[in-house]
Amino acid sequence: MSKKPLIDLVDITKSFDDTCVLDDLNLSIKENEFLTLLGPSGCGKTTTLRILGGFVTPDKGNVIFDGEDITQVPPNKRNLNTVFQKYALFPHMNIEENIAFGLKISHKSKAYIKDKIKYALKLVNLQGYEKRMPSYLSGGQQQRIAIARAIVNEPKVLLLDEPLGALDLKLRQDMQYELIRLKNELGITFVYVTHDQEEALTMSDTVVVMNQGYIQQMGTPEDIYNEPENAFVADFIGDSNIIDGLMVRDELVEILGVKFACVDKGFGNYKPVDVVIRPEDIILGNPGEGSMDGVVSHLIFKGVHYEMEVMANGFEWLVQSTVAHAVGTPVSLRVDPFNIQIMNKPESEDEKAVTPDE
Amino acid sequence: MVKRWIEKCYVGLVLFLLYAPIAILIVCSFNASKSRRVWDGFTFQWYIELFQDEAVIGAVRTSLMLTTVAAIVAVLLGTLASIGITVMGQKTKQVFMTVTNVPMLNADVVTGIAIMLLFGRFWNLGYFSMLAAHITLGVPYVILNVMPKLQQTNVSTYEAALDLGASPVYAFFKIVLPDIMPGIFSGFLLAFTISLDDFVITYFTKGAGMNTISTMIYQQVRRGINPKMYALSTILFLLILIVLWIANRISARQVQGTRG
Repeated sequence: MSKKPLIDLVDITKSFDDTCVLDDLNLSIKENEFLTLLGPSGCGKTTTLRILGGFVTPDKGNVIFDGEDITQVPPNKRNLNTVFQKYALFPHMNIEENIAFGLKISHKSKAYIKDKIKYALKLVNLQGYEKRMPSYLSGGQQQRIAIARAIVNEPKVLLLDEPLGALDLKLRQDMQYELIRLKNELGITFVYVTHDQEEALTMSDTVVVMNQGYIQQMGTPEDIYNEPENAFVADFIGDSNIIDGLMVRDELVEILGVKFACVDKGFGNYKPVDVVIRPEDIILGNPGEGSMDGVVSHLIFKGVHYEMEVMANGFEWLVQSTVAHAVGTPVSLRVDPFNIQIMNKPESEDEKAVTPDE
Repeated sequence: MVKRWIEKCYVGLVLFLLYAPIAILIVCSFNASKSRRVWDGFTFQWYIELFQDEAVIGAVRTSLMLTTVAAIVAVLLGTLASIGITVMGQKTKQVFMTVTNVPMLNADVVTGIAIMLLFGRFWNLGYFSMLAAHITLGVPYVILNVMPKLQQTNVSTYEAALDLGASPVYAFFKIVLPDIMPGIFSGFLLAFTISLDDFVITYFTKGAGMNTISTMIYQQVRRGINPKMYALSTILFLLILIVLWIANRISARQVQGTRG
């Protein structure tokens, strides 16, 4: 699989009515990559996608596609197709006509179009739906038709704007597997926009976490989850305990007055840092057995595990465990060194963590 | 039980008051006697005479020509205006909506005299002044019918068409137009009926010797009522009834088509 860059967004800046949505954004998308733009609403992810699709022209910067500058090229002249959030099927056309729309414009032969429709419907598991009208299909089926309508044009890139947002949980999970299968079968680049971190982690090769028009972190799902670079990413991806800490020296951090061994180096001595500890990485034991003692203050059953809050050294720790400890039980907390993630404190206002969905 | 009975009586009374005059008109148009008080047997005589009357035929032809052309032009202008207004910013949108609504609420006499003055001063009164007046009359009704349809239309279907390679013009005709067609059609019918039964504006803006159905009836009535006018009014009533029935049928089918 070749991995050369297919799309380059260079210094993209965009404002709407004095509100800066994207500020000097640089992003490189590789061929055959499943790249997800992830962030809370208003973070600029949809604007980025619309700039790629050609529906929004950036104030500054360039879009380079396959070595060509397409910044000013209108959407109908771009070799990429979009799957819209609310399906956007043409209501007065049946499924067949919907799928054939792009092919007819590019003057493909009747036989070719017929084959393509058959192939596309098979790909999305909706054989025999040619003559149905969109309004008689369920949300999930409509979204699959929207995908079929986009991919028959053989785009190099498929842009997906929160395509599963309107579906219920079970259907959304099924469609996630469908999308991964489609991407592998078609061998094209997917650029996916979502605010759902689980969706992003499940499907992507690369996740780009965005907030307030800036890229906060870019990497594989594992990197993003295990090694968040700042408090925003840590807070947005999964649950986490983010605590003020003091880096005593390499591989030793002081949290709430207790020294913890860790694996991070190079932060300097006695430097204030943010410390992230995932709730599933905290091991509860009998009092005195761990690094600090506390008392369970909340207990909720979540299905896969129990979620507890433990008050220890003046901090309410979020803990997930398959073993329940009743409220009021004295416990101890312990964390393995490699599960402690150290991050630099944000240096500027822009980098400051913002609570998601604010 | 008593309450239901009173309700029914009330509705019946309202309907009677609304339609009794029209019923009498229709009955009179088939009355062999010229008198309004005596029933002298059933006849088609007035209808036959009506279609032999040159003045009537001329007025009907002028009316249909005028109304059809005015409604078509109003639909074109109104639809374009609606598209323009839809993409405007919130403030400009409100200003334009108010401006376009003025001719609809304005007193007909004022509109009529204003257009008469304008054309009388700079041009001649005649078919074109009348046409201009009727177009002015129709445009607000078209906008009123098309705007809501445009606002209902999913913007992303238009964008999806562009995305699939359609030019903006092709996307409009292929995707947006079919979606707003019911609005355009009902706007056309409204503009048509309002133009057809307008009297005041037509009276002020028509040229000498020209008559539409309404101004012709007015002239004839001044000379004394001829039952031919009952016949003509009956035809006019039935025509508008049919148009309204068609409009209702179409909007009913539309509701059925978009459900699900």
